[in-house]
Amino acid sequence: MQPSPEQQREMLRTMQTIRRFEERASTDFRGGDIYGVVHSYIGEEAVAVGVCAALDSKDQIISNHRGHGHCIAKGADLNRMMAELYGRQDGYCKGKGGSMHIADFGIGMLGANGIVAGGISIVTGAGLAAQVEGKGRVAVAFFGDGASNAGPFHESLNIAAAWKLPMLYVCENNLWAAQTANAITVGAPDVAARAAGYGIPGVIVDGNDVLAVYEAAAEAVARARAGEGPTLLECKTYRWNAHTERPNQPDLRPKEEIEAWKAKDPIKRLVEHLKSQQGQLSDEEWAAMDREIQQAIEDSVAFAKASPFPTLESALDDVFAD
Amino acid sequence: MREISYARAGMEALAEEMRRDSKTLHLSTDVPLSLQEEFGAARVRATPIAEGALTGMAIGAAGSGFRPIVNWSMVTFCFVAMDQIVNQAAKIHYMFGGQAKFPILFRASVGGGTRRAAQHSQSPYSMFMNLAGLKIILPSTPYDMKGLLKSAIRDDNPVISFESGRLAGYRGPVPEEDYTVPLGVADVKREGTDVTVVALAWQVPEALEAAETLAAEGISVEVVDPRTLVPMDAEAIRASVRKTGRLVIADEAGPTAGASAEIATLVTEDAETFACLKAPVKRVCALHVPIPYSPALEDHVFPDRDNIADGVREVMRMGRRAA
Repeated sequence: MQPSPEQQREMLRTMQTIRRFEERASTDFRGGDIYGVVHSYIGEEAVAVGVCAALDSKDQIISNHRGHGHCIAKGADLNRMMAELYGRQDGYCKGKGGSMHIADFGIGMLGANGIVAGGISIVTGAGLAAQVEGKGRVAVAFFGDGASNAGPFHESLNIAAAWKLPMLYVCENNLWAAQTANAITVGAPDVAARAAGYGIPGVIVDGNDVLAVYEAAAEAVARARAGEGPTLLECKTYRWNAHTERPNQPDLRPKEEIEAWKAKDPIKRLVEHLKSQQGQLSDEEWAAMDREIQQAIEDSVAFAKASPFPTLESALDDVFAD
Repeated sequence: MREISYARAGMEALAEEMRRDSKTLHLSTDVPLSLQEEFGAARVRATPIAEGALTGMAIGAAGSGFRPIVNWSMVTFCFVAMDQIVNQAAKIHYMFGGQAKFPILFRASVGGGTRRAAQHSQSPYSMFMNLAGLKIILPSTPYDMKGLLKSAIRDDNPVISFESGRLAGYRGPVPEEDYTVPLGVADVKREGTDVTVVALAWQVPEALEAAETLAAEGISVEVVDPRTLVPMDAEAIRASVRKTGRLVIADEAGPTAGASAEIATLVTEDAETFACLKAPVKRVCALHVPIPYSPALEDHVFPDRDNIADGVREVMRMGRRAA
């Protein structure tokens, strides 16, 4: 089922918000205001947005090291995200997590995770909780093709299949695991084909087509809610940037490959789709939307800069819950 | 008071807490049938042999409002779950700024004496003490087992219960009525005046036997059981040492960077307690080797009541007299 034009414009807004956030995160990382490491989600926006558009607010997701897009798509607050990247007290994790550990349990965002495949079994436990509760909640794992070669992927899909957990496993296959092409490390190009081995549906979708992602996710979520068990959804996509934003890292990807995928820009694709439908998006409306988004990003940076660094005493807080 | 075994005390704790709180779940590769019969297959799950996934799932279920209990069976089986233990369970509350609670009980047997060789005989609790963010209990009696497990299930943090396999059949008094043993509170298992023996898990009954032998020689031994390794009741241990002036630490694990090393440091770095020491601190631990199979070798590698008694006699002989 196609989302309404209004829903599509909201998807566009969220995708562009992710892109502008990531552009700013990259700039401020290079400028020294954001520390450690930043992994850019630019190019893959349609996956997070298409999947999260098919979820309810009570549904839960988990992310990986490239997590900003999933946070925004689930509805996280830009101010608290940016403050976390800036290492400030008002960040989502009070400055203890940074880019790879942003979480908002209040909106069902169970956290970015710095360990490849580390989140997959955790969110499967959220699926177990959902099943025991029996209130129709669904849990979603976002992970890359690299994670699909690690133990937690296999162990979790097997258990979810055996117990018919209300799960959606979303593989963002961007063809590269850090600096290594997946052609070197996998025997078969399609991660979704592995679903047959677990006895669950495996679906391949164009990960740069947000409407196709939404449609496939909505179908899988409906199955999960109906108690019919998990689905493995493989979204073929690509990250425009290198593995991280660190300038000294090698990027072994061929220039032509990068350019070919940039030509398949998921945001441009949705803009053109909306424009081609009479009256659904004008140049002026699109420009105004982008201005609002850029203002929201500016506001988040101002919020982050106004927030103090954590107090030194707080280093000892939260090792344990009281 | 009635007497039940260490293993039975553990099962009673689980059943009572699962009765008390419908948010408790049990995950293990071989399901405890009595629990499944009472609480159903939805809450008491028989899982594949995939400890990494079980451990991760417990974290996710805990973050979603449940109180999972994971039985790894032997500690040796949890090593395939080390990413989930080290990188996730221990750190998740802190690195997310304390925004969600992760109440989880992990159970694992430790120890040796079963002639099952290196991979199935080990007591690596100090590896986990080294991580910030995990509480660790180490019960030595049926009473402590039940009371500590109940506290651990009610605790809002990940707690690992290391349970000595050698104690499984040990019987002891356990009340019928509900009670808990708080985490972080040591127990003086025998009072004495000449030497403090801080004993861990299976070494507690061994130390009590040694204390009997030594009493006949005129040496009064105080046996202190920390019961909880994290948080450690440093003050109770220091108070005992300030009273006796001598310390022997008995642990079935090896000495290197072990719980015994931590206990020795907690005593010696405290100026007031250090000033009371009449002799060097003595550790009675397993030899620092993988546990061998042959009974002759295995029994040689682990410390027992005789080694503890020898350690006590040694600190009584050496060192300075009380002022």
